[in-house]
Amino acid sequence: MKILYFASIREKIGHGEDEAPMPPSVASVADLVAWLQTRGDNYARAFGNLRGIRVAVNQEHVKFDHPVVDGDEIAFFPPVTGGSR
Amino acid sequence: MTIRVQREDFDIGAEIARVGKDGNDVGGIASFVGIVRGGEGEDAIGAMTLEHYPGMTEKELERIEAEARVRWPISASLIVHRYGRLLPGENIVLVVTASRHRHAALEACEFLIDWLKTKAPFWKHEETADGGKWVDAREADDTAAARWNKKA
Repeated sequence: MKILYFASIREKIGHGEDEAPMPPSVASVADLVAWLQTRGDNYARAFGNLRGIRVAVNQEHVKFDHPVVDGDEIAFFPPVTGGSR
Repeated sequence: MTIRVQREDFDIGAEIARVGKDGNDVGGIASFVGIVRGGEGEDAIGAMTLEHYPGMTEKELERIEAEARVRWPISASLIVHRYGRLLPGENIVLVVTASRHRHAALEACEFLIDWLKTKAPFWKHEETADGGKWVDAREADDTAAARWNKKA
């Protein structure tokens, strides 16, 4: 799977992309977040407040209970702020 | 129906004219231009950088535009959204809609800009006097988008 991080989440982790085989314990986005939180202090900090995190799987907005499978592209980002104020 | 995500600036007049020519039997063209505000005093912004998610940005804008076409009889539309480092006064986003009669164009235009603010994967980083910070999403944007929700 490919995991992408954007904006403040990328800054907290220190890089914008991870590639890894899907861990057997992971079936949903929520499972993936729990697994990522164990990968280091930077990940724990980035995923510290889940209310401020949104997720897309294969470039579609989804909720945290969405399933994930090997080969998916999963992106984590703060709420979007496009357009103009 | 055209979507563009680009670094370069756009020519507002030329783009609006082109949408008018693209549509069939066009009686009205509506448009919205989003611009980088400079802020004032303590809130003054030196520059703003827009980050985006290449691939998903285009897909989301296409989804939003397709939704507008379902709801209103628009004969042509355009969304151009810039990314990269922009200065106060610069254009950020352009939404143009064309229809036979004015209501569809006006309402679809407002719908598109309200929705893209909550769905399109862009994030803004502002440079201010005391450093830089990420702009927080506003509840007002979600509220504005919510009023387009169809009643069951």
